[in-house]
Amino acid sequence: MTIRNKAAIVGIGQTEFSKDSGRSTLRMALEVVLEALGDAGLKPQDVDGVVKMGANDDIFEIDLLRSLDLPNLRFFNEVPHGGGAACGTIAMAVAAVAAGMADVVVTFRSLNERSERRFGQSSAGGAVGGWMQYNLPHGLVTPAQWIAIFAQRYLYEYGWTTEELGRVAVLCRKHAATNPHAMMYGRPITLEEHQSSRWIAEPLRLLDCTLDTDGACAAVVVSADKAKRLKGKSAYIAAAAQGTGRRAEMMTSYQRASLCRLEEAEATAKELYRIAELGPTDIDVAELYDHFTPMVLMALEAYGFAPPGKAPELLGEGRLELDGDTPLNTHGGHLGEGYLHGFGHIVEGVRQIRGTAVNQVREVRTCLVTSGTAVPTSGVILSKEPY
Amino acid sequence: MTAPREAPAAREEYGKPLPQPTDVSQPFWEGARAGELRIQRCRDCRQHVFYPRSMCPLCLSERLEWVTASGRGKVYSYTVIRRAMHPGFQADLPYVLAIVELEEGPRLTTNIMAAEPEDVSIDMAVEAVFEDVTPEVTLVKFRPSEAK
Repeated sequence: MTIRNKAAIVGIGQTEFSKDSGRSTLRMALEVVLEALGDAGLKPQDVDGVVKMGANDDIFEIDLLRSLDLPNLRFFNEVPHGGGAACGTIAMAVAAVAAGMADVVVTFRSLNERSERRFGQSSAGGAVGGWMQYNLPHGLVTPAQWIAIFAQRYLYEYGWTTEELGRVAVLCRKHAATNPHAMMYGRPITLEEHQSSRWIAEPLRLLDCTLDTDGACAAVVVSADKAKRLKGKSAYIAAAAQGTGRRAEMMTSYQRASLCRLEEAEATAKELYRIAELGPTDIDVAELYDHFTPMVLMALEAYGFAPPGKAPELLGEGRLELDGDTPLNTHGGHLGEGYLHGFGHIVEGVRQIRGTAVNQVREVRTCLVTSGTAVPTSGVILSKEPY
Repeated sequence: MTAPREAPAAREEYGKPLPQPTDVSQPFWEGARAGELRIQRCRDCRQHVFYPRSMCPLCLSERLEWVTASGRGKVYSYTVIRRAMHPGFQADLPYVLAIVELEEGPRLTTNIMAAEPEDVSIDMAVEAVFEDVTPEVTLVKFRPSEAK
Protein backbone atom coordinates (compact mmCIF):
# COMPACT_ATOMS: atom_id res chain seq x y z
CA MET A 1 0.00 0.00 0.00
CA THR A 2 1.17 3.53 -0.70
CA ILE A 3 -0.47 6.91 -0.22
CA ARG A 4 -0.29 7.62 -3.95
CA ASN A 5 -3.41 9.56 -4.96
CA LYS A 6 -5.24 8.54 -1.81
CA ALA A 7 -5.96 12.21 -0.99
CA ALA A 8 -6.33 15.59 -2.64
CA ILE A 9 -6.13 19.29 -1.86
CA VAL A 10 -9.66 20.51 -2.55
CA GLY A 11 -9.52 24.07 -1.26
CA ILE A 12 -7.00 26.88 -0.88
CA GLY A 13 -7.01 30.27 0.78
CA GLN A 14 -4.56 33.15 0.78
CA THR A 15 -4.61 36.67 2.19
CA GLU A 16 -2.88 39.57 0.52
CA PHE A 17 0.88 39.60 1.20
CA SER A 18 2.13 42.87 2.67
CA LYS A 19 4.55 44.58 5.01
CA ASP A 20 1.78 45.29 7.49
CA SER A 21 -1.39 43.23 7.52
CA GLY A 22 -3.08 45.54 10.01
CA ARG A 23 -4.69 42.59 11.79
CA SER A 24 -3.85 39.67 14.00
CA THR A 25 -2.45 36.34 12.86
CA LEU A 26 -5.59 34.70 14.26
CA ARG A 27 -7.80 36.95 12.15
CA MET A 28 -5.82 36.07 9.02
CA ALA A 29 -5.82 32.36 9.84
CA LEU A 30 -9.62 32.42 10.13
CA GLU A 31 -9.94 34.28 6.83
CA VAL A 32 -7.82 31.79 4.89
CA VAL A 33 -9.34 28.70 6.51
CA LEU A 34 -12.86 29.92 5.68
CA GLU A 35 -11.78 30.82 2.16
CA ALA A 36 -10.24 27.37 1.65
CA LEU A 37 -13.32 25.62 3.03
CA GLY A 38 -15.58 27.73 0.82
CA ASP A 39 -13.39 26.97 -2.16
CA ALA A 40 -13.90 23.27 -1.45
CA GLY A 41 -17.64 23.55 -0.79
CA LEU A 42 -17.17 22.60 2.86
CA LYS A 43 -18.17 24.20 6.16
CA PRO A 44 -16.34 24.55 9.49
CA GLN A 45 -18.46 21.78 11.02
CA ASP A 46 -17.01 19.40 8.40
CA VAL A 47 -13.47 19.93 9.72
CA ASP A 48 -12.21 17.13 11.94
CA GLY A 49 -8.45 17.54 11.48
CA VAL A 50 -5.99 20.44 11.82
CA VAL A 51 -2.25 20.23 11.17
CA LYS A 52 -0.11 23.25 11.90
CA MET A 53 3.51 24.12 11.22
CA GLY A 54 5.62 24.33 14.36
CA ALA A 55 7.86 27.26 15.25
CA ASN A 56 6.85 30.87 14.90
CA ASP A 57 3.15 30.36 14.15
CA ASP A 58 1.26 31.33 17.27
CA ILE A 59 -2.13 30.07 16.11
CA PHE A 60 -3.03 26.63 17.38
CA GLU A 61 -5.79 24.19 16.56
CA ILE A 62 -7.68 25.14 19.70
CA ASP A 63 -7.77 28.74 18.48
CA LEU A 64 -9.45 27.56 15.30
CA LEU A 65 -11.68 25.26 17.33
CA ARG A 66 -12.92 28.13 19.51
CA SER A 67 -13.17 30.71 16.78
CA LEU A 68 -14.91 28.51 14.20
CA ASP A 69 -16.76 26.35 16.75
CA LEU A 70 -15.35 23.13 15.32
CA PRO A 71 -17.52 20.42 16.89
CA ASN A 72 -15.55 17.31 16.07
CA LEU A 73 -11.83 17.95 15.98
CA ARG A 74 -10.30 14.51 16.35
CA PHE A 75 -6.93 14.72 14.56
CA PHE A 76 -4.46 17.52 15.31
CA ASN A 77 -0.72 17.79 15.31
CA GLU A 78 2.19 20.07 14.63
CA VAL A 79 5.07 19.47 12.24
CA PRO A 80 8.46 20.72 13.45
CA HIS A 81 11.40 22.54 11.83
CA GLY A 82 9.96 25.83 10.64
CA GLY A 83 9.90 26.14 6.86
CA GLY A 84 10.78 22.49 6.46
CA ALA A 85 7.31 21.66 7.72
CA ALA A 86 5.05 23.23 5.08
CA CYS A 87 4.59 20.18 2.86
CA GLY A 88 4.90 18.03 5.98
CA THR A 89 1.52 19.35 7.09
CA ILE A 90 0.10 18.00 3.84
CA ALA A 91 1.88 14.69 4.42
CA MET A 92 0.33 14.40 7.90
CA ALA A 93 -3.08 15.28 6.49
CA VAL A 94 -2.73 12.59 3.82
CA ALA A 95 -1.71 10.07 6.47
CA ALA A 96 -4.74 11.01 8.55
CA VAL A 97 -7.31 10.66 5.77
CA ALA A 98 -5.65 7.53 4.35
CA ALA A 99 -5.79 5.92 7.80
CA GLY A 100 -9.38 6.98 8.39
CA MET A 101 -8.43 9.16 11.35
CA ALA A 102 -9.93 12.29 9.78
CA ASP A 103 -12.10 13.22 6.82
CA VAL A 104 -11.39 16.92 6.33
CA VAL A 105 -8.01 18.26 7.42
CA VAL A 106 -7.10 21.95 7.45
CA THR A 107 -3.47 23.06 7.24
CA PHE A 108 -2.34 26.67 7.38
CA ARG A 109 0.36 29.26 8.08
CA SER A 110 -0.31 32.74 9.43
CA LEU A 111 2.46 35.24 10.15
CA ASN A 112 3.03 38.92 10.79
CA GLU A 113 6.70 38.42 10.12
CA ARG A 114 7.36 41.87 8.69
CA SER A 115 5.35 44.05 11.05
CA GLU A 116 5.92 42.07 14.25
CA ARG A 117 8.89 39.74 14.65
CA ARG A 118 11.50 39.71 11.86
CA PHE A 119 13.42 36.45 11.64
CA GLY A 120 16.37 38.03 9.85
CA GLN A 121 17.35 39.89 12.98
CA SER A 122 18.44 38.61 16.33
CA SER A 123 18.87 40.11 19.73
CA ALA A 124 19.59 36.90 21.59
CA GLY A 125 21.53 37.72 24.68
CA GLY A 126 22.62 36.04 27.85
CA ALA A 127 23.46 32.38 28.01
CA VAL A 128 22.66 29.93 25.23
CA GLY A 129 22.68 26.19 25.68
CA GLY A 130 22.39 23.20 23.36
CA TRP A 131 24.37 23.06 20.17
CA MET A 132 23.90 26.79 19.65
CA GLN A 133 26.38 27.45 22.49
CA TYR A 134 29.07 26.76 19.90
CA ASN A 135 27.58 29.04 17.22
CA LEU A 136 25.84 32.11 18.62
CA PRO A 137 28.74 33.45 20.72
CA HIS A 138 30.78 33.88 17.53
CA GLY A 139 28.13 35.99 15.90
CA LEU A 140 26.57 33.24 13.81
CA VAL A 141 23.09 34.37 14.74
CA THR A 142 20.73 34.61 11.76
CA PRO A 143 19.50 32.41 8.90
CA ALA A 144 21.31 34.43 6.23
CA GLN A 145 24.60 33.82 8.01
CA TRP A 146 23.91 30.12 8.53
CA ILE A 147 23.12 29.70 4.85
CA ALA A 148 26.07 31.80 3.69
CA ILE A 149 28.43 29.13 5.05
CA PHE A 150 26.87 26.51 2.74
CA ALA A 151 26.77 28.93 -0.18
CA GLN A 152 30.44 29.90 0.02
CA ARG A 153 31.49 26.25 -0.04
CA TYR A 154 29.15 25.49 -2.98
CA LEU A 155 30.58 28.33 -5.07
CA TYR A 156 34.12 27.27 -4.13
CA GLU A 157 33.74 23.56 -4.91
CA TYR A 158 32.05 24.05 -8.27
CA GLY A 159 33.77 27.24 -9.38
CA TRP A 160 30.65 29.37 -9.72
CA THR A 161 30.31 33.06 -8.86
CA THR A 162 27.63 35.12 -7.17
CA GLU A 163 26.19 35.82 -10.62
CA GLU A 164 24.79 32.29 -10.55
CA LEU A 165 23.01 33.15 -7.32
CA GLY A 166 21.75 36.33 -8.93
CA ARG A 167 20.11 34.45 -11.79
CA VAL A 168 17.86 32.67 -9.32
CA ALA A 169 16.74 36.00 -7.88
CA VAL A 170 16.23 37.51 -11.33
CA LEU A 171 14.01 34.58 -12.38
CA CYS A 172 11.86 34.66 -9.24
CA ARG A 173 11.45 38.43 -9.48
CA LYS A 174 10.53 38.09 -13.16
CA HIS A 175 7.68 35.75 -12.24
CA ALA A 176 6.62 37.93 -9.30
CA ALA A 177 6.54 40.97 -11.57
CA THR A 178 3.50 39.58 -13.40
CA ASN A 179 1.77 38.23 -10.28
CA PRO A 180 -0.56 40.92 -8.87
CA HIS A 181 -0.55 39.07 -5.55
CA ALA A 182 3.22 39.40 -5.19
CA MET A 183 4.93 41.94 -2.94
CA MET A 184 7.26 42.58 -5.88
CA TYR A 185 4.51 42.87 -8.51
CA GLY A 186 5.72 45.09 -11.33
CA ARG A 187 9.24 45.18 -9.90
CA PRO A 188 11.57 42.88 -11.83
CA ILE A 189 15.32 43.14 -11.22
CA THR A 190 18.36 42.84 -13.45
CA LEU A 191 21.50 40.86 -12.73
CA GLU A 192 23.33 44.19 -12.40
CA GLU A 193 20.91 45.28 -9.70
CA HIS A 194 21.52 42.01 -7.91
CA GLN A 195 25.26 42.42 -8.12
CA SER A 196 25.13 45.97 -6.78
CA SER A 197 22.77 45.21 -3.87
CA ARG A 198 24.41 45.38 -0.47
CA TRP A 199 26.14 42.50 1.25
CA ILE A 200 24.21 40.75 3.97
CA ALA A 201 26.57 37.85 4.68
CA GLU A 202 29.02 37.12 1.87
CA PRO A 203 28.37 35.59 -0.61
CA LEU A 204 24.74 36.60 0.04
CA ARG A 205 23.53 40.02 -0.98
CA LEU A 206 20.23 41.63 -0.10
CA LEU A 207 18.62 40.33 -3.30
CA ASP A 208 19.63 36.74 -2.46
CA CYS A 209 17.44 36.83 0.64
CA THR A 210 13.76 36.23 1.09
CA LEU A 211 11.30 39.02 1.74
CA ASP A 212 9.72 39.39 5.16
CA THR A 213 5.96 39.15 4.83
CA ASP A 214 2.68 39.49 6.68
CA GLY A 215 0.04 37.09 5.42
CA ALA A 216 -1.61 33.70 5.68
CA CYS A 217 -2.36 30.65 3.53
CA ALA A 218 -4.43 27.52 4.03
CA ALA A 219 -5.18 24.26 2.27
CA VAL A 220 -7.87 21.64 2.84
CA VAL A 221 -7.07 17.95 2.37
CA VAL A 222 -9.68 15.18 1.97
CA SER A 223 -9.62 11.63 0.67
CA ALA A 224 -9.61 11.15 -3.09
CA ASP A 225 -13.05 9.55 -2.88
CA LYS A 226 -14.46 12.54 -1.05
CA ALA A 227 -12.70 14.93 -3.41
CA LYS A 228 -14.60 13.49 -6.36
CA ARG A 229 -17.89 14.42 -4.66
CA LEU A 230 -16.89 18.03 -3.91
CA LYS A 231 -17.37 21.04 -6.14
CA GLY A 232 -13.79 22.30 -5.98
CA LYS A 233 -11.26 21.34 -8.60
CA SER A 234 -8.91 18.89 -6.92
CA ALA A 235 -5.15 18.65 -6.93
CA TYR A 236 -4.48 15.00 -6.21
CA ILE A 237 -1.54 14.24 -3.97
CA ALA A 238 0.55 11.76 -5.93
CA ALA A 239 3.12 11.72 -3.14
CA ALA A 240 3.92 13.47 0.12
CA ALA A 241 7.00 12.82 2.21
CA GLN A 242 9.39 14.08 4.84
CA GLY A 243 13.16 13.60 4.83
CA THR A 244 16.22 13.99 7.01
CA GLY A 245 20.00 13.80 6.67
CA ARG A 246 22.92 12.64 8.79
CA ARG A 247 24.10 14.82 11.66
CA ALA A 248 21.20 17.20 11.16
CA GLU A 249 21.12 20.50 12.96
CA MET A 250 18.63 23.29 12.49
CA MET A 251 20.34 25.14 9.60
CA THR A 252 23.89 24.55 10.90
CA SER A 253 24.66 20.97 9.82
CA TYR A 254 28.30 21.83 9.24
CA GLN A 255 29.60 18.49 10.52
CA ARG A 256 28.23 16.46 7.65
CA ALA A 257 30.36 15.18 4.82
CA SER A 258 29.37 17.74 2.19
CA LEU A 259 28.01 21.25 2.63
CA CYS A 260 27.12 21.33 -1.08
CA ARG A 261 24.42 18.69 -0.95
CA LEU A 262 21.02 18.85 0.70
CA GLU A 263 20.75 15.42 2.28
CA GLU A 264 17.26 16.13 3.62
CA ALA A 265 16.00 17.12 0.19
CA GLU A 266 17.68 14.14 -1.46
CA ALA A 267 15.92 11.81 0.97
CA THR A 268 12.60 13.55 0.40
CA ALA A 269 13.06 13.41 -3.38
CA LYS A 270 13.79 9.70 -3.31
CA GLU A 271 10.67 9.01 -1.29
CA LEU A 272 8.43 11.30 -3.36
CA TYR A 273 9.51 9.73 -6.65
CA ARG A 274 9.14 6.24 -5.20
CA ILE A 275 5.62 6.88 -3.99
CA ALA A 276 4.50 8.74 -7.12
CA GLU A 277 6.30 6.33 -9.44
CA LEU A 278 7.61 9.38 -11.26
CA GLY A 279 10.99 10.99 -11.87
CA PRO A 280 12.20 14.55 -12.32
CA THR A 281 11.54 14.49 -16.06
CA ASP A 282 7.85 13.84 -15.30
CA ILE A 283 7.52 17.09 -13.32
CA ASP A 284 5.81 19.87 -15.28
CA VAL A 285 6.24 22.70 -12.76
CA ALA A 286 8.53 23.04 -9.72
CA GLU A 287 7.77 25.32 -6.77
CA LEU A 288 11.00 25.06 -4.74
CA TYR A 289 11.55 26.67 -1.37
CA ASP A 290 13.62 29.79 -1.92
CA HIS A 291 14.51 31.54 1.32
CA PHE A 292 18.00 32.10 -0.11
CA THR A 293 19.13 31.76 -3.71
CA PRO A 294 21.94 29.20 -3.26
CA MET A 295 19.56 26.72 -1.69
CA VAL A 296 17.45 26.76 -4.84
CA LEU A 297 20.48 25.63 -6.85
CA MET A 298 21.20 22.85 -4.37
CA ALA A 299 17.51 21.86 -4.31
CA LEU A 300 17.41 21.63 -8.11
CA GLU A 301 20.26 19.13 -7.80
CA ALA A 302 18.73 17.25 -4.86
CA TYR A 303 15.41 16.79 -6.69
CA GLY A 304 17.21 15.48 -9.76
CA PHE A 305 16.83 18.35 -12.22
CA ALA A 306 20.61 18.70 -12.56
CA PRO A 307 23.68 16.70 -11.52
CA PRO A 308 25.65 17.98 -8.50
CA GLY A 309 27.14 21.40 -9.20
CA LYS A 310 25.31 21.82 -12.50
CA ALA A 311 22.09 23.59 -11.51
CA PRO A 312 23.36 27.02 -12.63
CA GLU A 313 23.43 25.69 -16.17
CA LEU A 314 19.64 25.25 -16.08
CA LEU A 315 19.26 28.96 -15.44
CA GLY A 316 21.82 29.90 -18.05
CA GLU A 317 19.92 27.86 -20.63
CA GLY A 318 16.49 29.28 -19.75
CA ARG A 319 15.13 25.88 -18.82
CA LEU A 320 13.37 27.17 -15.69
CA GLU A 321 11.41 29.92 -17.47
CA LEU A 322 7.62 29.64 -17.91
CA ASP A 323 8.11 28.08 -21.35
CA GLY A 324 11.08 25.93 -20.32
CA ASP A 325 11.39 22.27 -19.36
CA THR A 326 10.65 22.84 -15.67
CA PRO A 327 9.19 26.26 -14.91
CA LEU A 328 10.41 27.31 -11.46
CA ASN A 329 8.59 29.32 -8.80
CA THR A 330 5.91 30.54 -11.16
CA HIS A 331 4.41 32.86 -8.51
CA GLY A 332 7.74 34.49 -7.74
CA GLY A 333 8.53 32.42 -4.66
CA HIS A 334 9.68 33.83 -1.37
CA LEU A 335 12.08 36.10 -3.21
CA GLY A 336 9.30 37.83 -5.14
CA GLU A 337 5.81 36.95 -3.97
CA GLY A 338 6.41 36.78 -0.23
CA TYR A 339 7.53 34.53 2.57
CA LEU A 340 4.92 32.29 4.15
CA HIS A 341 7.48 29.61 4.95
CA GLY A 342 6.66 27.50 1.93
CA PHE A 343 2.89 27.67 2.13
CA GLY A 344 2.59 30.06 -0.80
CA HIS A 345 4.34 27.42 -2.88
CA ILE A 346 1.64 24.88 -1.98
CA VAL A 347 -1.15 27.27 -2.92
CA GLU A 348 0.56 28.10 -6.21
CA GLY A 349 1.08 24.40 -6.93
CA VAL A 350 -2.66 23.81 -6.59
CA ARG A 351 -3.38 26.74 -8.90
CA GLN A 352 -0.99 25.40 -11.53
CA ILE A 353 -2.72 22.01 -11.39
CA ARG A 354 -6.15 23.68 -11.61
CA GLY A 355 -5.05 25.92 -14.48
CA THR A 356 -5.89 29.10 -12.58
CA ALA A 357 -2.43 30.57 -11.88
CA VAL A 358 -1.62 34.08 -13.10
CA ASN A 359 1.57 32.77 -14.69
CA GLN A 360 -0.10 29.58 -15.86
CA VAL A 361 2.14 26.98 -17.44
CA ARG A 362 0.59 25.09 -20.35
CA GLU A 363 -0.64 21.54 -19.92
CA VAL A 364 0.33 21.00 -16.32
CA ARG A 365 -0.24 17.46 -15.14
CA THR A 366 2.22 17.35 -12.25
CA CYS A 367 3.75 19.87 -9.88
CA LEU A 368 6.54 19.36 -7.36
CA VAL A 369 6.33 21.53 -4.26
CA THR A 370 9.18 21.50 -1.73
CA SER A 371 9.76 22.96 1.70
CA GLY A 372 12.61 24.46 3.72
CA THR A 373 16.21 23.47 3.11
CA ALA A 374 19.11 23.02 5.56
CA VAL A 375 16.51 21.66 7.98
CA PRO A 376 14.55 18.40 8.11
CA THR A 377 12.22 18.95 5.20
CA SER A 378 9.25 17.74 3.18
CA GLY A 379 7.70 17.83 -0.27
CA VAL A 380 4.63 16.91 -2.27
CA ILE A 381 3.92 15.98 -5.86
CA LEU A 382 0.52 17.21 -7.01
CA SER A 383 -1.29 15.61 -9.92
CA LYS A 384 -4.15 16.81 -12.09
CA GLU A 385 -5.59 13.29 -12.29
CA PRO A 386 -5.36 10.34 -9.94
CA TYR A 387 -3.46 7.50 -11.58
CA MET B 1 49.39 30.77 20.69
CA THR B 2 47.59 32.89 23.26
CA ALA B 3 46.32 36.25 22.07
CA PRO B 4 47.11 39.35 24.10
CA ARG B 5 44.55 39.46 26.84
CA GLU B 6 42.71 42.72 27.09
CA ALA B 7 40.60 43.34 30.15
CA PRO B 8 37.39 41.42 29.43
CA ALA B 9 34.00 43.01 29.82
CA ALA B 10 31.98 42.21 32.88
CA ARG B 11 29.27 39.70 32.10
CA GLU B 12 26.43 42.18 32.50
CA GLU B 13 28.07 44.65 30.10
CA TYR B 14 28.78 42.05 27.47
CA GLY B 15 26.09 42.46 24.85
CA LYS B 16 26.53 39.21 22.93
CA PRO B 17 25.27 35.69 23.46
CA LEU B 18 27.37 33.60 25.84
CA PRO B 19 27.61 29.82 26.17
CA GLN B 20 25.70 28.06 28.91
CA PRO B 21 28.00 25.12 29.64
CA THR B 22 26.44 21.82 30.61
CA ASP B 23 28.02 18.93 32.49
CA VAL B 24 28.94 17.45 29.12
CA SER B 25 30.39 20.60 27.56
CA GLN B 26 32.07 22.00 30.67
CA PRO B 27 35.53 20.52 29.86
CA PHE B 28 35.52 22.24 26.47
CA TRP B 29 34.85 25.63 28.03
CA GLU B 30 37.30 25.01 30.88
CA GLY B 31 39.90 24.11 28.27
CA ALA B 32 39.32 27.34 26.40
CA ARG B 33 39.70 29.21 29.69
CA ALA B 34 43.07 27.48 30.17
CA GLY B 35 44.20 28.27 26.62
CA GLU B 36 43.68 24.76 25.26
CA LEU B 37 41.39 23.47 22.56
CA ARG B 38 39.97 20.34 24.15
CA ILE B 39 37.76 17.98 22.19
CA GLN B 40 36.55 14.46 22.78
CA ARG B 41 37.99 11.25 21.34
CA CYS B 42 36.32 7.88 21.41
CA ARG B 43 38.40 5.23 23.19
CA ASP B 44 36.76 2.55 21.09
CA CYS B 45 36.64 3.80 17.49
CA ARG B 46 39.43 6.38 18.06
CA GLN B 47 37.54 9.10 16.18
CA HIS B 48 37.59 12.67 17.43
CA VAL B 49 34.19 14.12 18.26
CA PHE B 50 32.84 17.66 18.33
CA TYR B 51 30.56 19.10 19.66
CA PRO B 52 30.82 17.52 23.12
CA ARG B 53 28.43 14.73 23.98
CA SER B 54 27.95 11.75 26.22
CA MET B 55 28.01 9.05 23.53
CA CYS B 56 30.15 8.61 20.41
CA PRO B 57 27.94 9.47 17.41
CA LEU B 58 29.95 7.09 15.21
CA CYS B 59 30.03 3.86 17.25
CA LEU B 60 27.68 4.66 20.20
CA SER B 61 30.42 3.97 22.72
CA GLU B 62 30.14 5.85 26.00
CA ARG B 63 33.91 5.75 26.46
CA LEU B 64 34.71 9.27 25.33
CA GLU B 65 37.85 10.93 26.65
CA TRP B 66 38.98 14.55 26.52
CA VAL B 67 42.15 15.32 24.59
CA THR B 68 43.94 18.53 23.73
CA ALA B 69 43.74 19.13 19.99
CA SER B 70 46.64 20.57 18.02
CA GLY B 71 44.74 23.80 17.45
CA ARG B 72 45.67 23.61 13.78
CA GLY B 73 43.17 23.40 10.99
CA LYS B 74 41.91 24.81 7.71
CA VAL B 75 39.09 27.15 6.82
CA TYR B 76 36.36 24.88 5.47
CA SER B 77 33.93 27.67 4.70
CA TYR B 78 33.28 31.19 5.88
CA THR B 79 31.20 34.31 5.51
CA VAL B 80 32.10 37.95 5.92
CA ILE B 81 29.56 39.87 7.98
CA ARG B 82 29.39 43.53 7.01
CA ARG B 83 25.98 44.25 8.46
CA ALA B 84 25.16 43.46 12.06
CA MET B 85 21.99 41.44 12.44
CA HIS B 86 22.48 41.42 16.19
CA PRO B 87 23.25 44.69 18.01
CA GLY B 88 26.02 43.11 20.08
CA PHE B 89 28.18 42.56 17.01
CA GLN B 90 27.89 46.08 15.57
CA ALA B 91 31.30 47.15 16.84
CA ASP B 92 32.98 44.07 15.31
CA LEU B 93 32.03 44.83 11.70
CA PRO B 94 33.28 43.58 9.41
CA TYR B 95 33.92 40.18 10.99
CA VAL B 96 34.66 36.76 9.57
CA LEU B 97 32.57 33.79 10.65
CA ALA B 98 34.20 30.55 9.69
CA ILE B 99 33.87 26.82 9.91
CA VAL B 100 37.33 25.48 10.66
CA GLU B 101 38.12 21.84 10.03
CA LEU B 102 40.63 20.69 12.63
CA GLU B 103 43.55 18.42 11.78
CA GLU B 104 41.79 15.89 14.00
CA GLY B 105 38.69 15.97 11.78
CA PRO B 106 35.82 17.78 13.51
CA ARG B 107 34.68 21.22 12.43
CA LEU B 108 34.09 24.23 14.68
CA THR B 109 32.19 27.44 14.22
CA THR B 110 34.56 30.28 14.98
CA ASN B 111 35.90 33.66 13.93
CA ILE B 112 39.08 34.36 11.97
CA MET B 113 41.05 37.08 13.73
CA ALA B 114 44.12 39.08 12.79
CA ALA B 115 43.35 38.99 9.09
CA GLU B 116 41.57 41.31 6.70
CA PRO B 117 38.33 39.72 5.48
CA GLU B 118 39.63 39.92 1.91
CA ASP B 119 42.61 37.77 2.87
CA VAL B 120 40.54 34.89 4.23
CA SER B 121 39.95 31.97 1.88
CA ILE B 122 38.76 28.39 1.94
CA ASP B 123 41.57 25.92 2.74
CA MET B 124 43.63 28.64 4.41
CA ALA B 125 45.75 27.23 7.27
CA VAL B 126 44.74 28.60 10.67
CA GLU B 127 45.60 28.09 14.34
CA ALA B 128 43.62 28.53 17.51
CA VAL B 129 43.77 31.62 19.69
CA PHE B 130 41.87 32.17 22.90
CA GLU B 131 39.90 35.29 23.61
CA ASP B 132 38.66 36.09 27.10
CA VAL B 133 35.34 37.79 26.45
CA THR B 134 34.15 37.98 30.07
CA PRO B 135 35.86 37.14 33.37
CA GLU B 136 34.26 33.69 33.09
CA VAL B 137 34.15 32.88 29.38
CA THR B 138 36.86 32.35 26.79
CA LEU B 139 36.03 31.73 23.14
CA VAL B 140 38.19 29.68 20.78
CA LYS B 141 39.00 31.73 17.71
CA PHE B 142 41.52 31.25 14.93
CA ARG B 143 44.11 33.29 13.07
CA PRO B 144 46.18 32.62 9.96
CA SER B 145 48.78 30.01 10.77
CA GLU B 146 52.32 31.24 11.27
CA ALA B 147 53.91 27.90 10.49
CA LYS B 148 54.55 27.41 6.78
